[in-house]
Amino acid sequence: MNMAKMSGAQALLEALKRQKAEVIFGILGGANLPIYDALLDSEIRHILSRHEQCAAHAADGYARASGKPGICMSTSGPGATNLVTGIANAYMDSSPIIALTGQVPTYTPDSSYMIGRDAFQEADIIGITTPITKCNFQVKTAAEIPRTVKTAFYIATTGRPGPVLIDLPKNTQADVAEMDFSDGIEIRGYRPKSEPHPLQVKKAAELLVGAERPLILAGGGVITSNASQELLEMAELLVAPVATTLMGKGSFSEDHPLSLGFIGMHGMRAANQLILESDVLLAVGTRFSDRSTGKICTFCSDKKIIQVDIDSAEIGKNVDIDIPIVADAKMALKAIHDLIIKQVKSKKDSVWFRRVKEVKEQLLNNVSSEEGKYLKPQALLKELRKILPSEAIVATEVGQNQMWAALFYKALKPRTYITSGGLGTMGFGFPASLGAKVACPDKPVVDIAGDGSFIMTEQDLACSVEEKIPVTVIVLNNSMLGMVAQWQRFFYNRRYSAVKLGHVPDFVKLAEAYGAQGVRIGSLSEFSKAVKKAIKSEVSTVIDVPISPEENVFPMVPVGKGLDEMTVG
Amino acid sequence: MGEEKTHIISAIVENKPGVLYSVANMFRRRGFNIESISVGPTEQEDLARMTVTVRQDEKTLDQVVKQLNKLIDVVKVSILDPASVVTREMALVKVHVSETKSRSDITNYVEVFRGRIVDISPETLMVEITGGSDKISAFIDLMKTFGIKEIARTGITALSRGSKAVKIEEEFGGKQNGKSILR
Repeated sequence: MNMAKMSGAQALLEALKRQKAEVIFGILGGANLPIYDALLDSEIRHILSRHEQCAAHAADGYARASGKPGICMSTSGPGATNLVTGIANAYMDSSPIIALTGQVPTYTPDSSYMIGRDAFQEADIIGITTPITKCNFQVKTAAEIPRTVKTAFYIATTGRPGPVLIDLPKNTQADVAEMDFSDGIEIRGYRPKSEPHPLQVKKAAELLVGAERPLILAGGGVITSNASQELLEMAELLVAPVATTLMGKGSFSEDHPLSLGFIGMHGMRAANQLILESDVLLAVGTRFSDRSTGKICTFCSDKKIIQVDIDSAEIGKNVDIDIPIVADAKMALKAIHDLIIKQVKSKKDSVWFRRVKEVKEQLLNNVSSEEGKYLKPQALLKELRKILPSEAIVATEVGQNQMWAALFYKALKPRTYITSGGLGTMGFGFPASLGAKVACPDKPVVDIAGDGSFIMTEQDLACSVEEKIPVTVIVLNNSMLGMVAQWQRFFYNRRYSAVKLGHVPDFVKLAEAYGAQGVRIGSLSEFSKAVKKAIKSEVSTVIDVPISPEENVFPMVPVGKGLDEMTVG
Repeated sequence: MGEEKTHIISAIVENKPGVLYSVANMFRRRGFNIESISVGPTEQEDLARMTVTVRQDEKTLDQVVKQLNKLIDVVKVSILDPASVVTREMALVKVHVSETKSRSDITNYVEVFRGRIVDISPETLMVEITGGSDKISAFIDLMKTFGIKEIARTGITALSRGSKAVKIEEEFGGKQNGKSILR
């Protein structure tokens, strides 16, 4: 049954179903009414977000938790532009989402052209999203819809994944046409390469076998390509310590003796120290962002770098590379592993391994659990790790909460730590946690938030209650925009400008107002009790944790400094 | 930063609306500078050729090519080797002529430069001139002494010499690739 006569809206939903789509996060409006009408007869679940930005982040969270593309939808104009932050966020973190936007009709009833005439709720969403999508399409006729959907999914999910937008003028949704679902697709300008080049693999293997102080840097690409097992085998074979980027957190169990945690501006002390000491760096699926590397010349000095990335444009973009391998992380790691397995002798008692153990023991991030009247967020996040099972999913907002979580909450499995790494979008965590919960209803899902971030998308509590998507939100509440306050404290001589939030809403009452649960805690034992109850609850819970407004994130590498110039508090 | 040089990039792109926008937008967003750009259809009507000249060091040039390749609507990108390339640019130059003497001087120059006079009015002459960019610049400099009213330059277009071709038939025209990637 590959041919059928139906409306564009019906064809859209049929094409989505053929791509195994189960859920759409969205909000309707004038320009996508035909789709919403067709949705009533579709098996695809629709989740009504309370802001289009939430819909896009939820689709993103769904994609990151499941590895499958997430779908969000909006009407034209303001609905579409509200998706933009979410699309940009997914683009920066290479997350496969499909954004469906309504558009004003191509033609008016009197047959004149309508797009481009500044019609009501018209926005040039194709123009707006060109630099933040992997690709975008504006459908011109209903009959194009099945093929466009297939193409969009193919592009979004292959190679380096990313968001793809389909703009659907209202008449193409309503028009009835003979739809062909068998259509193959041909994209001559897009042929993602995944096999590594054998010669490059050989060179990399030689370098790694001869390395005295090898270190692996794992980025988000390891998670995307489901290469955690290959990474583990490589690390154990080489006895190479593994540092991750923020995006790579979870790709390698942070409980493993070879794990160093994440590197960067607020990275783990041992990771930042040892990456500078390494002589051969195997970087997999990372783009060497400025927040990860610190000062480039310090980062690169006295070492050879092998970079594996599926996007050739990432090779040598920020850091000069000795051996580039353009390939899928899983395939490349396996190919290198297969080549060196016979050549490497066990290095378990090597000088380097002893050094790694020594540095890890010396450079700990110690914190007390309480100080004065406030609970320490660091201690609380360590406690959270003890409470949650290893498969639990944690999403974070952006700022101090995100960095404390990265530093003190150990991720043990891939796709269990979801954070806005590239764009750094405050308000991402909560809707993303809803998306993750929809993807993995059997796993506990927790959003680690700050009060400033949570307020940005808190309205989706309504969605969580109405759609029965129970998550736990931990608000580290300092009545401050904490991270920027920290910068003003250190770099602007404590001249606090616009960082004090003053009267923050009572989050317990706020949660209750939405029909969710709220609880304020004052001790670690209360916290533990509250989390245990929340993750079993059938309704979302907001746990309000008052913390000190003076609390800082350490270590910290100031902008423009090398990773060895950490301030540790 | 390495030494900046002028490079000619020849890109085969999908011949459809929005492609020029996405290419130009990529240059703008990444801070690459376009010295000139010319676009026109190729021998295959669904493909267009963009000839872009850029002034960049080698490292940046590498990024330009990679970022271009990354665009879905860009089918193939080549850097043309300056040693074996024919480049041409065309300009229309409208020159002010006040007296008969300058009119005959200009006519002589146009002949030397192998240009053509394509329009004459009581006060102006319009010259069509084709060649390498240096030649066109030299001609324009010369015309400045008479007074230039208007100039329109096309920007460089280029093809590599000999049988080598930046084409895509070999890879895509065959039966194998005429078929779909997905079913």
